[in-house]
Amino acid sequence: MNRLPFASAVRSGPDDSVSRYLARRRRHRALIAITAIAMLAAFVADVATGPGQYPLGELLAALIAPDSASRILAVVVWEIRLPTALMALLVGISLALAGAEMQTILDNPLADPFTLGISSAASFGAALAIILGLGVVPLAGTLLVTANAFALAMLASLLIWGTSRLRGVTIQTMVLMGIAIMFFFNALLGLMQYLASTEALQQLVFWSLGSLARSSWETVGLSLLALLVTLPAFLVAGWRLTALRLGDLHAKAMGINVGRLRLRTMLCCSLLAATAVAFVGTIGFVGLVGPHIARLLVGEDQRVFLPMSALSGGLIMSLASILSKTLIPGILFPIGILTALIGLPFFVSLILRSRRGGWG
Amino acid sequence: MSLHIERLTCRIGRTEILPGVSGLHARPGELTALIGPNGAGKSTLLKAIAGIERAAGEATLDARPITALSLEARAERLYYLPQELGSQAVLSVFEAVLLARRTRVHEPLSAALAQVRDILQALELETLAERELAKLSGGQRQRVAIAQAVIREPRLLLLDEPTSALDLHHQLQVLDWLERLAAERDMIVVIAIHDLSLAARFARYFWVLKEGRTVACGGPTEVLTQACLRDVYAIEARVEWPPNEPPRITPLAATRRLGG
Repeated sequence: MNRLPFASAVRSGPDDSVSRYLARRRRHRALIAITAIAMLAAFVADVATGPGQYPLGELLAALIAPDSASRILAVVVWEIRLPTALMALLVGISLALAGAEMQTILDNPLADPFTLGISSAASFGAALAIILGLGVVPLAGTLLVTANAFALAMLASLLIWGTSRLRGVTIQTMVLMGIAIMFFFNALLGLMQYLASTEALQQLVFWSLGSLARSSWETVGLSLLALLVTLPAFLVAGWRLTALRLGDLHAKAMGINVGRLRLRTMLCCSLLAATAVAFVGTIGFVGLVGPHIARLLVGEDQRVFLPMSALSGGLIMSLASILSKTLIPGILFPIGILTALIGLPFFVSLILRSRRGGWG
Repeated sequence: MSLHIERLTCRIGRTEILPGVSGLHARPGELTALIGPNGAGKSTLLKAIAGIERAAGEATLDARPITALSLEARAERLYYLPQELGSQAVLSVFEAVLLARRTRVHEPLSAALAQVRDILQALELETLAERELAKLSGGQRQRVAIAQAVIREPRLLLLDEPTSALDLHHQLQVLDWLERLAAERDMIVVIAIHDLSLAARFARYFWVLKEGRTVACGGPTEVLTQACLRDVYAIEARVEWPPNEPPRITPLAATRRLGG
């Protein structure tokens, strides 16, 4: 390609737009690195926190060489704390990624698995299993609650996804469909709670509040698998997803098949959200706040927006996990309550402090 | 080698927006103006050529039919700049223009960055390079959109009212720049535009649409006549072509209600 003709001679130097752009990129990368370090530090602190008080050195030794540690400590670290802390990270990352891409493809700052009814559907699925013992997935066995929650969460996502395939449907319609789904499943959940026995109701409430206590290496593996399946799809479509933020017409003008991109991305978001919600229950605000922090710090270029959203989500969940163990010593506080309680004032302060032109 | 349109029809839902557009052509190296009243189908025609709206009929670019090509394949050859610019994207001007380049041309990043710098300088946008799109004025946003269009180096550039939000200085600057760019790059440029004096000054060829049909096409002095303006726009106008001065088209009065 030839150089374009332009009005004035090219001026290069430390003050030109390229240098300033490269400086901006370096700043963004530094912010990502700082968030990644903070997330890893929170993860280590999460592993170090728990009912049993062990010195950090012993914990790290048990982490690196479990055979040399005492059996109890090795079990505590490898069977309880590590999978739980990893699950906190993975769920935070998954929900933030799902929220970030839902907001991107639906052109709506409020879109996330929670506000679009995916969490409500999962709760209803769990309620079917807990209260009525009904399974929507055959042969789920002991995983009946998880399998039901996953199936219903996927169903809700696919309903929103399917809406977009109808002729003449706009993205606003997809968002409204999500809100309708949320109200529908909340109503069904209310009905189930009304019919439930006291014991079943308590179990359902505990599930709905969100908990990492059910974490295991299997749930960690499956959550990681969902991430490994969806992340490459997001990364490959990075430029196209960024272009989508300019508006459908501009994206189409750039040769992007907007409908196909939106469908594929929605499917990936559904998988991430359904997996996370099925294993840990309803976790609010992470999918909403993670992307908003990323947008404020690095903007919406997907090359930096995506990793920053994921890391912010992971960091929030790790911090919430630590807080859930330390808030009332000896009691594991439901993490879903904490993410909402921390997330809400944080979210409000973010939007009030920034007051920028865009969504922030 | 040029753009030819024959028997192009387009319907959106049940409404036939373009019942039949025929006999249009545009040459490389010059600006072609697409004019007509509101609702004449100008935007739809540009979108149909770009493949954004489905259309039937014949459209050839450099003797190759483009109506059967996918959106992706068309975007390799042409670019449509929409009229709507209301993006809330949290992207800097530099990032937005780089994005337009990276979705079209595979090249080392340093080469893409140099192209972005050059085009921002040409459109007097360099000082705004780090500003977010949402914080730009309408005119600034429009110039960024023009930069996004041109940096893709399309063979055919379809611009939908690209100067509607620009001040007088930037209207002249942008059209003058596009005229030189078309000549230097041998590019076909079609501009939907309402300002007839501006169109007469820069465009060498005109397409005139009314109610989704071709009314006239030809050079400025052939098309921009009092009779044509009365028929298409329902106005009485004074049309002057003073020697060594820009043409002047002065609307005097509306002859009747549009569509009446």
